[in-house]
Amino acid sequence: MLGLNKKDTSLFLIVVGMTMFAPFILNPFPETSQLAQFNAGYPDLMQRFVIFGIFAIGFNLLFGLTGYLSFGHAAFLGVGSYAGVWMMKLLTMDVIPAIFMSMVVAGLFSILVGYVSLRRSGIYFSILTLAFAQMSFSLAYSVLTPITNGETGLQLALDDPRILGVSQVDGSIPPASIFGIAMRDSWDLTLGGWSFTFNAGYYLCAVIMILAFYVSVRIFRSPFGLMLKAVKSNQQRMNYTGLNSKPYTFAAFVISGMYAGLAGGLMVAMDPLAGAERMQWTASGEVVLMTILGGAGTLFGPVLGAGFIKYFENIFSKINDNILYQWFSGLPESVADALVFVIHPFIGKGWHLTLGIVFMLVVIFLPGGIMEGLRRISAFVKKRFSSSPSSNGAVPSAKAAE
Amino acid sequence: MVGLMDAIFLQILNGLDKGSAYALIALGLTLIFGTLGVVNFAHGALFMLGAFCAVTLNGILSLSYTTIDPSRTDFLGKPLKVQTPYVEAWFGPEIGATIIQWSVPLSILFAIPIMVAVGLIMERGLIKHFYKRPHADQILVTFGLAIVLQEIIKYFFGANPIPTPAPPAFAGSFDFGAWLGFAPGSIIYPYWRLVYFAFAIGIIGVVFAFLRYTTFGMVVRAGMADRETVGFLGINIDRRFTIMFAIAAVVAGLAGVMYAPINSPNYHMGMDFLVLSFVVVVVGGMGSLAGAVLAGFLLGILESFASMAQVVALLPGINQIIIYLVAIIVLLTRPRGLMGRKGVMED
Amino acid sequence: MEILKVEGVNKSFGGLKALNEVNLSIEEGNVHAIIGPNGAGKSTLLNCFVGKLTPDTGSVTFMGKNLIGIKPHEINQAGVSRVFQTPEIFSDLSILDNVIIPTLASNDGSFSFNAWNGVQKRGEILDKAESILEDIGLAEKKDVLAASLSRGDKRRLELAMCLVQDPKLVLLDEPTAGMSRADTNNTIDLLKRIGERGITKIVIEHDMHVVFSLANKVSVLAQGTVIAEGKPEDIKGDPRVQEAYLGGAHI
Repeated sequence: MLGLNKKDTSLFLIVVGMTMFAPFILNPFPETSQLAQFNAGYPDLMQRFVIFGIFAIGFNLLFGLTGYLSFGHAAFLGVGSYAGVWMMKLLTMDVIPAIFMSMVVAGLFSILVGYVSLRRSGIYFSILTLAFAQMSFSLAYSVLTPITNGETGLQLALDDPRILGVSQVDGSIPPASIFGIAMRDSWDLTLGGWSFTFNAGYYLCAVIMILAFYVSVRIFRSPFGLMLKAVKSNQQRMNYTGLNSKPYTFAAFVISGMYAGLAGGLMVAMDPLAGAERMQWTASGEVVLMTILGGAGTLFGPVLGAGFIKYFENIFSKINDNILYQWFSGLPESVADALVFVIHPFIGKGWHLTLGIVFMLVVIFLPGGIMEGLRRISAFVKKRFSSSPSSNGAVPSAKAAE
Repeated sequence: MVGLMDAIFLQILNGLDKGSAYALIALGLTLIFGTLGVVNFAHGALFMLGAFCAVTLNGILSLSYTTIDPSRTDFLGKPLKVQTPYVEAWFGPEIGATIIQWSVPLSILFAIPIMVAVGLIMERGLIKHFYKRPHADQILVTFGLAIVLQEIIKYFFGANPIPTPAPPAFAGSFDFGAWLGFAPGSIIYPYWRLVYFAFAIGIIGVVFAFLRYTTFGMVVRAGMADRETVGFLGINIDRRFTIMFAIAAVVAGLAGVMYAPINSPNYHMGMDFLVLSFVVVVVGGMGSLAGAVLAGFLLGILESFASMAQVVALLPGINQIIIYLVAIIVLLTRPRGLMGRKGVMED
Repeated sequence: MEILKVEGVNKSFGGLKALNEVNLSIEEGNVHAIIGPNGAGKSTLLNCFVGKLTPDTGSVTFMGKNLIGIKPHEINQAGVSRVFQTPEIFSDLSILDNVIIPTLASNDGSFSFNAWNGVQKRGEILDKAESILEDIGLAEKKDVLAASLSRGDKRRLELAMCLVQDPKLVLLDEPTAGMSRADTNNTIDLLKRIGERGITKIVIEHDMHVVFSLANKVSVLAQGTVIAEGKPEDIKGDPRVQEAYLGGAHI
């Protein structure tokens, strides 16, 4: 279907299903239940899931396929955000030009950065991308203030021209919209104790993520994608095989930069402001974490990784001692005290610590990330429950890795 | 009127303290890279741990007990509560106060065993398993470790910078202007920064002398040049490399201890310095110890020149990006850095 | 007809003269062995043919096309494939992918942005890749990761990766180094079968057994210079060769 083989088609349908029904899937607990705080089905967070999913899918096209580890990808996201806000200031509050322009500008910027950085490989490439990103970050704070509005961040204003739209409506800035549907429009559905929110902005992001995912599957299975894997595997052999590895890597870099720009544009479409902190190297580090955690070089891993980290950041960080005491209310007080004491550093504001530890464990024991973990579990289950033990497991198969 | 000569001189001085920190961190990074072949993204965290050794010792020495002095009252008329540090009680008020004031230099003694322990645990417990893994994996796992270490420090010390004063003996500034025959007051430079510079030079000298004149150092240098051959000679090179890792950790830690009075330590100072130190290492030439030191000082001074008012007026924002700009130019024109050897990290 | 012409090639590393006025002429369809003691400059010479090294002076012409200063991928596109001393393959890809990549390279050129249609849609590429795997006997393992192959199989795979490109000239750098006698014989058989395709081959070899079972012309390199050239039988008896090679002992 859609030019995909059977396995990819089913994966694609799973992704479509999960994103379309996310408001249900992410809200499994009734409103009144104690566990309702683990519900992630509110628009703001769901938007972030899919936007960072796009960012990670794009990053994976570079790192997962070619092995080039960029530590400056947030710069493209940031540049895309600025371009998006400017479109909303100058042209219209319709998000299409903003998103389009984000991709174009990020693409152009990645052509510049990629052209220079890709003249080196390995750690030198990582340092070069890092240097470019830090430069962009510093400049956005200082010299480029007329474009970026420095520390305050670039925002919309009532007197923006918006030549294709209107500057203001009844004394306020018109909402970001697509074909007249405001991004913030939501429709609530209450079923018994459950409440679900369907948000226009989320569904726009979700559809775009599905498209982005589809494109990435096509690239993975194409001759071009195979060449990118060859870059990672053995560049010397590639060159002696009559292939010029440079344009391949460069194209992957630019495509991946445009994905980052797209993510930046969508962020702006959901919330029309842009700040330099989006370009800082820690932000670049975050997308690295997402991709590795989910499984670099796999199709779906990066999306999972992005979801995992964003869920942690928003939900896990809200757990505090009181909530822990509620959970442990059945236990004797001293035991509960001890448990809370032990768990305390890892929750709430300490979620970064947990993330760091989880990340380290993944790199050490599970280099293939969550996807590798799922594969091992399913292999284990199959082995355990299949009546005739097959010899398939003995031969490392190339297909299994994807 | 500040003349050109003294302005230049001032900028060189200003660049020295940051340059010293860059040079010390870059030196350790290069030692680890050259010996173990590991790209250590947690090295900045070691620098930060050192700074917090100073914070901790300062805190321990200032531990006090409370007594009530009935002869004095506070503003509410109640008897005054007096905080007396234990050290003052034990050693007498004067010696005790001096010990507290000198907590930062004293922290050097405190930090050395801690950093050795941290270094050994890190190498044996984690890094060891990554010798044969790709550089990307090494970067990632040490990056994770850096996050963990900085979050632990944040948990115990909070997110705000903690002022850690230098001994009052070094509180003032030295008037280079008067000393060198320029106008008095034209070039003043805090004493502690001079101390830091001298300290950095001392550490660098000790490390170089150690590598140059001891048998241990000779084996390590031979191992850096050709690990396999040295292994064939029946020398246990791995154990020596472990010790080198600990030494690199101590160098970074001491750089952090002494830096505490210059910039109040905070939990993310390691990351801030790490990014720049990596740039320094790459500019100096991956694997070259002398290159790392040279590039550290050069970039520190260059950064300070770029922040001169005249330069910023000419090229706005240049002070923010100069180091990165230099790194990009060096990497493109001299891929091996200023003093790099052939074949290091060229895959 | 002459397919590769090497004229007056010199190459020095520091003070060491690795190649000294090397002249060679390779006839089309020949299996041309280059032999010589260790350090004679055999691998250096090969590296000058594929763009890995640039000679200090001299010229290398392949079918009238100058090869000096040209990038490795352009040389391959001109029709020169190389098998390395230690197998250079795409270890973390499947065996089939390992063969598809060179097939695509000779079909689509050194760069083509086919990012949309799947590899599976390219029937002609797949057929060609699978048939070469049949030829070398790796067809059953086509979905296995290349890294898991034995050393001998890796070599055969690398050979397949070269042959699938239908090259005009194949350079083989010690194709049997480190192999058992049985594996060596298998490889000789394989190379002989390839010989039937009429591809010109340059073989660097230590093993005289291999040289004499394959080559129909031999050049002897010693200290960077060609000291003798001719049919294998003639070379065998040439006293200069025995002198240079074995210090006078019989081959």
